[in-house]
Parts: sequence; structure tokens; C-alpha cells
Amino acid sequence: MNKAIKQHNGFGYVVKSLLSGLSLTWKHFKNARNRRTPDYVSDENYFKQPDGMATLKYPYESIPVPDNGRYRLHNEIDDCIVCDLCAKICPVNCITIDSVKATEDIGVTSDGTKKRLYAPTFDIDLAKCCYCGLCTTVCPTDCLTMTPVYDFSEVNIKNMVYHFTNLTPEQAEEKKQLFAKQQEEIAAAKAAALAARKSNQ
Amino acid sequence: MLAFLLTLGALLGVVVVLAYAERKVAAFMQDRMGPTEAGPQGSLQAVADVLKLLQKEDIVPAAADKKLFKLAPILIFAAVFAGFAVIPFTPDLIPAGIGIGVFYLLAIVSLDVIGLLMAGWGSNNKYAMLGAMRSVAQIVSYEIPAGLAILSAVMICQSLDFQEISYQQGALMNQFPGMEYDMNWLFGIEALGINTTTVGGITTWNIFRAPILLVSFVIYFIASLAESNRAPFDIPEAESELVAGFHVEYSGFRFAVLFLAEYSMMVLVCLVAVILFLGSWNTPLPNIGPVSLAYWSTGIPGELSGILWGVFWLLSKTFVLLFLQLQLRWTYPRLRVDQLMHLCWKVLTPVALGVVLIAGIWRLLMI
Ligand code: SF4
Ligand code: SF4
Repeated sequence: MNKAIKQHNGFGYVVKSLLSGLSLTWKHFKNARNRRTPDYVSDENYFKQPDGMATLKYPYESIPVPDNGRYRLHNEIDDCIVCDLCAKICPVNCITIDSVKATEDIGVTSDGTKKRLYAPTFDIDLAKCCYCGLCTTVCPTDCLTMTPVYDFSEVNIKNMVYHFTNLTPEQAEEKKQLFAKQQEEIAAAKAAALAARKSNQ
Repeated sequence: MLAFLLTLGALLGVVVVLAYAERKVAAFMQDRMGPTEAGPQGSLQAVADVLKLLQKEDIVPAAADKKLFKLAPILIFAAVFAGFAVIPFTPDLIPAGIGIGVFYLLAIVSLDVIGLLMAGWGSNNKYAMLGAMRSVAQIVSYEIPAGLAILSAVMICQSLDFQEISYQQGALMNQFPGMEYDMNWLFGIEALGINTTTVGGITTWNIFRAPILLVSFVIYFIASLAESNRAPFDIPEAESELVAGFHVEYSGFRFAVLFLAEYSMMVLVCLVAVILFLGSWNTPLPNIGPVSLAYWSTGIPGELSGILWGVFWLLSKTFVLLFLQLQLRWTYPRLRVDQLMHLCWKVLTPVALGVVLIAGIWRLLMI
């Protein structure tokens, strides 16, 4: 019979296993003098540490985050061309973007792309975000990135909605008006041109 | 009245320490830290919890049997607390030194069961009722091996008086009225011819006087775990799968009283184990020739030294046993009902009966 699956019983075996259980917990109890220290992942002892208590007193000490940790999203709005790609790919629909066309080019991003749209709303609801990182992948100008900040709990859940827009509501309204005015002017010019053509015939 | 207040104060103190120790021990055994925030090293956590429970709303279910429901926690605690009345704390400090202390203790602690049934029935809730039945079944069953184990110690000591049993297990034996000419022999056997009456220390502890009592001690300890609803016999409570047994409906301070009763019961059963088997308030250090360690570390009964040493030895032995109870809780898995009954009726009870028989024969050798 296979020894591994042989059923052990009998008084001696029971006592032995009970005692070995006790010695196991006792060993852990004794080791509780040692404690995990907040060492960086490159530390030699990083994986040997939990010889003793494995807990850290979190708000006071924490394991350093890798430099390229990917946690909270950040949008460098000045580089954003408001292409809406990130909002479209987001699997949980937590990015809300409104756009207003500008009357002329409003500058270039740091990688040289022309900007033609304002973003009166650019909200990311980080309470819904699942940190998949898809939005950062599709972003054509690399302005949407994940930062190593992971500790950003809020008392009020509304504060988890991050507003990245750099326009105040008044400015946004103004840009809208400007664009509408420009459209009207163009339409009026067109109408005038049409009328002129008609009268010329 | 003074004894009542002193005992209550001491008990509450020990329970607070125990509640804190339980969390820390549990945490350390599981590589966690336990409470750290309230007070230095979280030492005020137990106090904070009590304060929190005091503030909670006192909910009595609308359809409950209100009288039984309200009375049950008080009865449960009173039953356990009354048991402390006969516990000797030092050679001459005992709240109520009655001659049939052991008998009284077994009787009064059994009242606990009525309280549990009242709580379960009064809650008018199926889970509470079933939980109460499970608790009662377990406690009533385990009282038998526990009672037999105690009986064997009583047979060896020929006394139901806790204080007399305590005196017998130390070098002060002959100072107890009525035992002036009694003698202790090594392993209790006179034929060996080694007189240990004045040696004291561990050589006169019951488990040494009659080594068969070591077996009763183990039986008693296991049974007492079950009686105080401690893991691995915490099936009445089984918080992880049943969400508490008879006390599901209790809230706030009533709940706290139930837990106070549980912790007091732990302390009580450990005290009894120490008194009956581990030499009570006697020191473990024997007199060796001119080096009378036993006398030095017992003090003089009636004086401050005697009180301090007595309390020290009694409490330190009790704390060792309490620690063992905690460790057992965090080591062993919970038993199933049938395993529990199997252990009680088919293992512990027959062995305890055998021990009673051998203890009787041993006593014959001792005289
Ligand atoms: S990381 Fe994923 S879930 Fe979060 S905003 Fe970007 S696409 Fe949406
Ligand atoms: S994908 Fe990048 S550039 Fe496009 S809207 Fe989103 S953040 Fe802006």
C-alpha cells in the first residue's frame, strides 16, 4: 500500500501530531520578536523577511513602491489633444470627456501634435477605475500616465473623481461662444457669398 | 462583602489581561501584530472595547421571552462567578472556606447550563435555540470526565476542601488544623521510605504525589476546555460557520457579560486545575537539605510575604495554563459534533473511570 495515503491512527500518532501542532504555533509565537521591515524590492532580504511577523504598521511604514509602479492616473492636460480614445477604450467607462472646438489652432503638444480642441470636462472617476492601463496605452500623445502614488483614499467618494481640465466653466463657456460666433460668421459669410453668386448670375 | 468586591475586582483585572493576551497571542501565532493603536502596544484595546460595548444600544427582540432573555446573561455570569467563592488565593485568604468546596463548585458551575438554555430559548430564534442545545449537550457531557478527574484528585487527598487540598501539596502541610501528624511520602508510597513532608515544592504536588493524577490532569484540562466553550471545543459558538450560537440575539453590554462569563470560566477552570493538580499556591521549589527554598518562596502564612508569594505562585501557574488554552485555540481545528461526543464518551470517560480506580488503589498505598 502506498505509504503516503496510508491512514495513520492510533494513540501514539495522535499524540505526536497534536504535539507537533503545538510546537509549530510555539515556534511562530517565539519568532514574533522579529518583524518585517519596509525594504525595497532590490534588498537582499526582501524575500526572507517574514521570519516573524509579516505585518507592517501601514500608515507609519510601508514597502517602497517601485519607481515604475502603475497606480493613480495623471493627465498632463496641456499635452492632451482631446481625441477621446481613452474614454472609448476604458472598460468601465470611468473617463468623461467633453470637447469644444477652438477657433484656431491652440498650440502644439510636447511631441509636436497640433491641438485643436478644448476639454471643458476631463474627469476620471478613480473610484471606478480598475487600473488596467488601457487608456495610457492608446493615448497618442502619452499625456495620460500612471503614477507610483497608490495611497489616495478619500473620506468623500466624490473626491475620487479627478478633474483634469484646465478651463474654468466661464472660460469654457467663452470658448463655446467664440466657436459659435465663428461658425455664425462663417455661415453668414457663406450666405453672403451665395447671395452674391446668385445676384451675379 | 469585601471578599466579593476583591474577587470581582481581581477577576475583572485578570479578564482584561486575558482578553488582551488572547489577541496578542493569536496575532503572534499567525504572524500578525494584534492591537497596536490604543495605548502602548495596544494594551488599552480591551478597555476601549468594553467602553464601546457599553455605549451600544440594548436590543431585545420584539418576540423574545423578555424575562428569560434579560436574565440569562446575569445567571450565566453569576453561576461562574459564584464558583470563585471557594477558590483559595493564599494560605489564609479564601472568600468562603467551606468544607465541601469542590462539591459546591461543581454544583454551582453547572447552573451555567440553565442560563445557556434560557438564553437560547428566550431569544425565540432557531439558531439561538440550536446553539444553546449544542452548548448544553457539550457541557453536560464533558462534566462527566471532568467530574471523574476531579474525583480521582479528591480521592487521593481525601478532602473536598480546596484549602486543605492546597495545604497537602506543600511544605506547610502540618500547619493545617487536623493534619498536624500527616506525612507525605515520595510518590505517596510509604514503602519507599522517603519522607517528603518537609521537602515540599514540586515533590508534594498532587501530580507528583500520585503520578496517575497526571492523566486526570490531562483529562480535566481537555474537559474544561469544552466546558468553557473554548476551541477546539467551541462548537456552540463556531463563529466562522454559524455566526455564534446561543448569543446571536444579544447586543451591547449583555453580549459583553456573556463573554465576560466565558473568560471568567476559563480562569476558573484553570484555577481549579492548578489547585487540584499543580500544587495550588505552593511553590515548585523544594527544600534541599539546609537550602530551604520551599520555605523562603512560600513566605509566612498570615503575613504579607505569605499573601504575595501565594498569589504569585497561584496566578503564575494559572497564567501558564491560560496561555496553553490560548495556544490550543490557535493550533487545533474545531471538532465536529460526533467527534466531540466520541472523544467524551468513548475516550475520556472510560479512561477517567480507570484513573479513578487506580487512584483508589494508590490511596491504599499511601496510608
Ligand atoms: S486604467 Fe483602465 S479602467 Fe482606469 S481609466 Fe484607464 S482604461 Fe479606464
Ligand atoms: S487618449 Fe490621451 S490625448 Fe486622447 S483624450 Fe485621452 S488623454 Fe487626451
